[in-house]
Amino acid sequence: MNLLLIILIPLLTAVAVLLSRNKQQVKWISFAGAIAQLTLSLVLFFAFRNERAAGNTAQMLFEQNHPLFPAWNINFHLGVDGISVAMILLTSFVLIAGVLVSWNIEKMTKEFYFLLILLALGAFGFFISLDLFVLFFFLEISVIPKYLLIGIWGSGKKEYSANKLALMLMGGSALILVGILGLYFSSGRSFDLLQLSKLNISTSTQHVIFPLLFVGFGVFTALFPFHTWVPDGHSSAPTAGSMFLAGISMKLGGYGCLRVATYLLPEGAKEYASIIIVLSAIAILYGAFATMMQKDLKYINAYSSVSHVGFSLLGIAMLTQTAMTGAVMQMVSHGVMTALFFAVIGMIYDRTHTRMVGDMGGLMKVMPFITTVLFIVGLCSLGLPGLSGFVAEMTVFVGSWENADAFHRIATIAAAASIVVTAVYILRAIGQTAMGPIKAEYLQLKDATWNERLAAIILVAGIVAIGVAPFWLNDLLKPAIEVIMSKIAGK
Amino acid sequence: MQNALQIAWLIPLFPLLGFLINGLGRKHLSKSAIGVIGSGVILASFVMSIWVFLQVKDGNTHVADYFNFISVGDLSIPFAFQLDQLSSLFLLIITGVGFLIHVYSASYMHEEKTEHFGRYFSYLNLFVFSMLLLVMGGNYVIMFIGWEGVGLCSYLLIGYWFKKAEYNKAANKAFIMNRIGDLAFLIAIFWIIKKVGNVNYHDVFQFAGENKFSTADITGITLLLFVGATGKSAQIPLYTWLPDAMAGPTPVSALIHAATMVTAGIYMIARSNVLYSLSHTTMNIVAIVGLATALLAATIALKQNDIKKVLAYSTVSQLGFMFLALGTGAYVAAVFHVMTHAFFKALLFLGSGSVIHAMGGEQDIRNMGGLSKKLSVTYFTFLVGCIAIAGIPPFSGFFSKDAILLSAFEKSPVLYGIALFTALLTAFYMFRLLFITFSGKFRGTHEQEHHLHESPAAMTIPLIILAVLSIIGGFVGIPEALMHGGDKLSAFLSPVIKPHEGTPVSHSTEYGLMALSTVLVIAMIIAAWFKFRNYQRSEAAGFGKVLENKWYVDELYDKIIVNPLNKFGGFLNSFIEKFVIDGVVNGVGRIVNYSSRQLRLLQSGQVGSYIFLMVLSMLVVFVLQFFLRK
Repeated sequence: MNLLLIILIPLLTAVAVLLSRNKQQVKWISFAGAIAQLTLSLVLFFAFRNERAAGNTAQMLFEQNHPLFPAWNINFHLGVDGISVAMILLTSFVLIAGVLVSWNIEKMTKEFYFLLILLALGAFGFFISLDLFVLFFFLEISVIPKYLLIGIWGSGKKEYSANKLALMLMGGSALILVGILGLYFSSGRSFDLLQLSKLNISTSTQHVIFPLLFVGFGVFTALFPFHTWVPDGHSSAPTAGSMFLAGISMKLGGYGCLRVATYLLPEGAKEYASIIIVLSAIAILYGAFATMMQKDLKYINAYSSVSHVGFSLLGIAMLTQTAMTGAVMQMVSHGVMTALFFAVIGMIYDRTHTRMVGDMGGLMKVMPFITTVLFIVGLCSLGLPGLSGFVAEMTVFVGSWENADAFHRIATIAAAASIVVTAVYILRAIGQTAMGPIKAEYLQLKDATWNERLAAIILVAGIVAIGVAPFWLNDLLKPAIEVIMSKIAGK
Repeated sequence: MQNALQIAWLIPLFPLLGFLINGLGRKHLSKSAIGVIGSGVILASFVMSIWVFLQVKDGNTHVADYFNFISVGDLSIPFAFQLDQLSSLFLLIITGVGFLIHVYSASYMHEEKTEHFGRYFSYLNLFVFSMLLLVMGGNYVIMFIGWEGVGLCSYLLIGYWFKKAEYNKAANKAFIMNRIGDLAFLIAIFWIIKKVGNVNYHDVFQFAGENKFSTADITGITLLLFVGATGKSAQIPLYTWLPDAMAGPTPVSALIHAATMVTAGIYMIARSNVLYSLSHTTMNIVAIVGLATALLAATIALKQNDIKKVLAYSTVSQLGFMFLALGTGAYVAAVFHVMTHAFFKALLFLGSGSVIHAMGGEQDIRNMGGLSKKLSVTYFTFLVGCIAIAGIPPFSGFFSKDAILLSAFEKSPVLYGIALFTALLTAFYMFRLLFITFSGKFRGTHEQEHHLHESPAAMTIPLIILAVLSIIGGFVGIPEALMHGGDKLSAFLSPVIKPHEGTPVSHSTEYGLMALSTVLVIAMIIAAWFKFRNYQRSEAAGFGKVLENKWYVDELYDKIIVNPLNKFGGFLNSFIEKFVIDGVVNGVGRIVNYSSRQLRLLQSGQVGSYIFLMVLSMLVVFVLQFFLRK
């Protein structure tokens, strides 16, 4: 399996979109590209499983390494482990759903789809890169489209949101860049992730570089208190934009925190773990309480994302194998779930032209499909067994509880207490949207169209597949997490 | 004939299929098809459950591991079912009573639109499915999955009439209160995993049997599990959702109160009896909370005027009795009471449904009266239910309540005294309900009076079956004092629950206690007869007002928990988020803007100032170097 295909297909799709002549072509080319990419991701998933089953225990599979700037020792080094495969699957699911729900974009359709695919391209490249320079390059590729997507197709105070998002993410990127350069110079000039992981970077260096990288990536994944771009950015973005932001972009940060910061600098991770635990526990509860007060559906999901993503960071900082597995599961689970949530919100907004829960009510009567999906995604968000949220959160908690001291226990209980608050706001939002008496002006509204149904079904399948049979994800992640854990244990 | 246990996975599968068929096909199926599918799948499960029961009776038990649900590191949680005496008994209750409720529903809900009728039956099937998962699960995680599923279904069914906003509120309340309990349950699971390494009943109980838990661990785990149970089984402090759950259709109330949901907490503790027996502290707390709930709910029930509310509080109170039994170590008595209670409470709820049906949706008993003439089947079956719950021999409630009172007596006379007092209150408020509803003159409107009719056979036949069960259901647990070898239930459950070890009470004392409670209960019934046979509407005053308003507990919760939490959320949102954090973010932006504006002044384009600055900076560098060298 050639990993170049993973970035080639989105690239070709993006070019084809630019060359296409009308809106219909743009849409169908994008859709075809997304299908091809989803198929390819599934092929990759099964090829990866087969390799592992055949006894290939290499840390990274399907590696390839091409010199890019030999003078600076920058290489186009690609390879995947279980974590990357999971992230690639996630990205393809969100991509196809995003393409489908944007079917009715009228304004600058071509540019819209181009940016959407470019954003996904950045994410795909990011997840397969093993060279920090290339990885950083792909990370930046994904930032610019976000700014434009919000600034051009957004709603509300979109300029403010777009600026805030771009500046905060750029700030995070600056920290990451400094961190990567620090690694480069302290390691004898290497950007290579695998080479760096084998070096013994001195503890004092780790203590300096780790916070730069972790906070830098943390900004991308709404590390408290650097989360404020999330609510504004998500709520101003067009539907597919929010889906990509929360479903994919925030995962770039989580992946970076784990793969780059924690894996390469385990001593740094140990040093700062307790601070991260405190911050993520705050994010979890703070996000949940802040959500309770929101009246705009998008703000509700944005703040609840802050809360849910906190579980990923908490799981990483707990530094146990179970918690870390849970952290990655939570990234995947939350990615699919939140994309679905934003998709449904978009569908409702397109019909009612409001996102204020107080102005809705009784929509179940006219849109049984959309409200049923809203129910399912809400239940996933509040951690109902059978859907992905439960297994991911449960795994994080079980892993966190393995740390027997009072500090970790309290943090875990505090984080777990959020499941009650989550139930409060989710049920309130669903109840006010779907139940109760319906307004007369909403009686004529139509249920979901074919493309919306398809998008929703694809994503629902994702959360059910993880929720009912999490073992395939566990198996996929296991060797990769073990490598990180043994590095942390200092072996 | 070993194979019934091998294919026991069919038991939950049938209702799941029913849920899928009715849920997805609700627009295409006719009402009768929906009713037949919905009830048929439960009947199929019931038949399977009988088969399983027959196998288990011969001493076969079976733990089936199907696949690894979660496997992370060293931890693996299998998707496993455990079939033994305890689970098979619950299977019978759930599917048997559940089936009757389904049949009844098909008639009761007949005026609903086909689409909603399908939705209703799919929820009902899902409810039974979750409950079956809960009792069949072979470890705490599978139990938890069923546990949450039950919570979800109750939410869906309580809010079934989704167009009414207040029903939605009741549904939310039920789910959220349960969630608080679930949180404790979850933490108990983490704790168990940390200590034992997995959550399989067998391993956990073996671990406990070898006394490997420290006192702190076992007390912590059992207390947390108990908090979980207080949520689902509506005990202090998490009981207030259950009476509000009356918002759902009446057969749903019957399902929640009798066959499923509220018995989950009892099942959980009975299942974990090995753990509970290790912690005296927890046992005492369980007993006290149970008794306090029983008493509190009974006092509230005295003054309620909604027919379903009275029954709801009586459920809370009866559940309190069951927890009292658990807390005094009489696990079998608790399970016994679950069973008899399932019969008579399902009967009473379905009976109240028949009354509400006849009254055209009226639920206030002050507007009823004299219904015995028009609704004779309902009346007689309701009467049977009241006698059973009041505990008059030989009706079923007598035996199970007697077992509980006896175990309370063995523990302490004070517990016994309060429990007996509560049992008397039970007799009083139940017969108050009966007499106000069925005796005296009709107090409703003429239109209602004209409309009064007995319910159709599909509703009365389940009532009759349940009435028969309420009469004879107690004979499986006749106390040793009355009949040698009469306590078949204890013998049946003995592989799972070790026989109760209390200080044995002499037979003569036991006779005395039985006679005392029976005489007093009859006295209470007579008192109720004199007070309520010709009920005249009157307003509650003084202390009665407090009881009518349920001791103002809901208001108290709003004041001390709900409102402060809302205020806290508001504070975070309007102050911390908007002012502090965004303030800093925007502030940073402003500082950057400001400093760049200042910096821009330097680029004035005048060569002179550039040279001046160059010289100045060189000077600074030299000076710095001079000092730093030193």
